[in-house]
Amino acid sequence: MMSVAVSLIVGMLMGAGLAVSQMMDPSKVLDFLDFAGNWDPTLATVMAGAILAAFPGFAFARKRQASLFGNRFQIPSRRDIDRDLIAGAAMFGIGWGLVGFCPGPALAAIGLGLWQVHAFVAAMMAGMLLYRLFPLK
Amino acid sequence: MENFTPVTGFVGGLMIGGAATLFVALNGRVAGISGILGGLLEPRSGEWLWRGAFVLGIVVGPWLVALAGGHVPDVRFDDSWPVIVIAGLLVGYGTRLGNGCTSGHGVCGLSRGSPRSVVATAVFFSVAVATTYLMRHVAGS
Repeated sequence: MMSVAVSLIVGMLMGAGLAVSQMMDPSKVLDFLDFAGNWDPTLATVMAGAILAAFPGFAFARKRQASLFGNRFQIPSRRDIDRDLIAGAAMFGIGWGLVGFCPGPALAAIGLGLWQVHAFVAAMMAGMLLYRLFPLK
Repeated sequence: MENFTPVTGFVGGLMIGGAATLFVALNGRVAGISGILGGLLEPRSGEWLWRGAFVLGIVVGPWLVALAGGHVPDVRFDDSWPVIVIAGLLVGYGTRLGNGCTSGHGVCGLSRGSPRSVVATAVFFSVAVATTYLMRHVAGS
């Protein structure tokens, strides 16, 4: 039960961070991706802060056998670069560049009540379901 | 560059990364949003509750910022519905096929030095930059 409460609080902190950093606004994300336009470097400062603050958690995980709640660490150990990784990242990149939404910001924006956000999230879930039914092999 | 907001960007980034540190230190997991969301479609006993709680947290996070007197950005779109639906499908399918998105590969993967995440992040950033260029400067007005 504690780990469910932690999940809720961690999700809240992420959603709040996406609002504070303004990354839940897809036009701000696109202004970063658009080097040929009126470039807005903000996303780079968000990534810098996020990577810096995530570092201690993974450094801790490397030194320990289990998490503070005694859970076995479930951190991917694969190191191979395969076709699925490249193809999946490329598909995601096209979708991200089309609209400026990745999964976190799309969820964070649900409460704004815009049909575009709801349509994007529904299509994203449908895409995940399609992968489950027809994984590219 | 008049839209550049480095301070709130960095602070928001620290919150996102701090959340990832809490998640791995306490629950032992990677805070990868596409993976957590995708897992909701593969119901295993005992996994629904924490995944649902995480997603709910992200949805209410911006409300908490508003309640605390912070600024929640306006969200603006110029896209027609077919573009939005195609983008959503690609993001959903692609993040499952490639095992991650901006949070799992970009934030968590880079901070733990995963070679797969370095490659994935380089690919999705460069493809997104090329797509944005085509949309805004070739196909668009």
